Amino acid sequence: MKQLLSTFILFTLLSFAGFSYAEPDAAVQTTTLATPAEPAAVAIPAATPAEVAAPVAAPTPTVNKGDTAWVMISTVLVILMVIPGLALFYGGMVRAKNMLSVLMQVFVIFSMMAILWAVYGYSVAFTEGNAFFGGLGKMFLSGITPDSMAATFSKGVYIPEYIYVAFQLTFAAITPALIIGAFAERVKFSAILLFMLLWFTFAYLPMAHMVWYWAGPDAYTDAAAAETAGATAGFLFQKGALDFAGGTVVHINAGIAGLVGCLVVGKRIGYKKESLAPHSVTMTMIGASLLWVGWFGFNVGSNLEANGLAALVFVNTLLATAAATLAWVAAEWLMRGKPSMLGGASGAIAGLVAITPACGWSGPMGAVFLGLVAGAVCFWSVTSLKSMLGYDDSLDAFGVHGIGGMIGALGTAVVASPALGGTGVWDYVGNTVAEYNMLAQLTSQAWGVGMAVIWSGAVAFVAFKVVDMLIGLRVTEDVEREGLDVSEHGETAYHL
Amino acid sequence: MKLITAIVKPFKLDDVREALSDIGVSGVTVTEVKGFGRQKGHTELYRGAEYVVDFLPKAKIEVAVGESLVDLAVEAITKAANTGKIGDGKIFVTNLEQVVRIRTGETGDEAL
Repeated sequence: MKQLLSTFILFTLLSFAGFSYAEPDAAVQTTTLATPAEPAAVAIPAATPAEVAAPVAAPTPTVNKGDTAWVMISTVLVILMVIPGLALFYGGMVRAKNMLSVLMQVFVIFSMMAILWAVYGYSVAFTEGNAFFGGLGKMFLSGITPDSMAATFSKGVYIPEYIYVAFQLTFAAITPALIIGAFAERVKFSAILLFMLLWFTFAYLPMAHMVWYWAGPDAYTDAAAAETAGATAGFLFQKGALDFAGGTVVHINAGIAGLVGCLVVGKRIGYKKESLAPHSVTMTMIGASLLWVGWFGFNVGSNLEANGLAALVFVNTLLATAAATLAWVAAEWLMRGKPSMLGGASGAIAGLVAITPACGWSGPMGAVFLGLVAGAVCFWSVTSLKSMLGYDDSLDAFGVHGIGGMIGALGTAVVASPALGGTGVWDYVGNTVAEYNMLAQLTSQAWGVGMAVIWSGAVAFVAFKVVDMLIGLRVTEDVEREGLDVSEHGETAYHL
Repeated sequence: MKLITAIVKPFKLDDVREALSDIGVSGVTVTEVKGFGRQKGHTELYRGAEYVVDFLPKAKIEVAVGESLVDLAVEAITKAANTGKIGDGKIFVTNLEQVVRIRTGETGDEAL
């Protein structure tokens, strides 16, 4: 069987090498692909000769019904990722006596973050402020009406601000929910909710602002205007860090908080002594599949427009996930002798995580490459690295989301290169693809990773300590033995 | 009267039931059980965490028979449950002091 597998891998690698020869063509295609996204620039012939150097007069902002519909569907898809997707993915991996505690944590965190998002989250993340925090001008969503518009990535193209609020809400809600995987089966429900309130406010919101807040493409009319607009953008946006759908904001951010969490909370009773095996890999497989489906909303929806680039993001999301599944399963088969369903599901999530920051800039073969790397490295991180370092990251929130996120964030600099089939980075002043410098981009990406690690790590550490002092993080030994379902929630998942 | 307790491989349960019916045994009680013996367990691997599963699932069959049927029943179970591999199970025979049919109050051999 191993021989068969080796042949298969060799074949895959060979065909991959073959594809890379074809990539210059792909680069040309993706360049032309980006052009239709700028129809407004072409449609305005009224420029006087004096304005020729800056041919883009302000286009009339319009809301496209197709884009609006797509972002609405995407928002629903991301909700599908969280509840039930993430809840079942995580729930299947705990013991039966803790099943409901995980489902409940995900469900309530989602609801709580939704309300916090409307109260102050959206305003702090997505209005102009300083480079780290936005303002409070849109607290309680004040001032937003059905006519309010949010910028997309094309000049003159907008979506209704309400749906942008809702779409970004789902991101703010899934990220804290990811963290619970690191310390599942042993933390008080009340402690988790208080921690999430603190972490959301002081880690998620500033990271989202730093990476994603900008004045929108319409502000970039000429070099001077671009500089003015650029100065109002978030810290990492100004650094040029690319994060299409949340590699740093969502995955590294949550992964690091998880790592800090499992270090502060400590190991589960019986770790490495008793069986802590997943109670239902079936549930985990269902959850992983729902995550995969929902992730098309997460990644493709992040394009905010239903256009050719969205289609590229779609293909990238599909291919990277498939590649990572194969890589994890193959690595497991070779190293441990048997390919497991849990491995397949884990590999898929690793691939989804890794392609998330890169999906709008990578070419399809870049996505396959990123997926293969993420699948193999994340397998190593949860099987070997975790044992070597001796922390009990119950459901591998750090091993998959933290490590996978870093691979994706740094890998973005590689796969975005037009020379390797990527789209390169759009220059909104010149309205063309900018010259690409991989090393410079890698530095920008490293800024993103470093900032996420330090910021999230520090906030998480302080928040865990504060919660521990106020209400205590861990349940008692008796409660942990009996299971959180009965003792924390007063119910049992299965009556068989 | 004797109580025969047989621990067999779960997939042999139907064969054993048929074999017992054929010799005139009119009822058995079956329980799903776990245990260990010479047949070692197996290991399960979840994301690198290895768990040894020592207790394997078996079927426990309890059947009460009159003296005349004891040897026949033991032989029937032995034949039906045999695969020749480690883990086929065991048969225990113990004395049975009293049997009561709850519906009628009959006792002893009449209650079997």
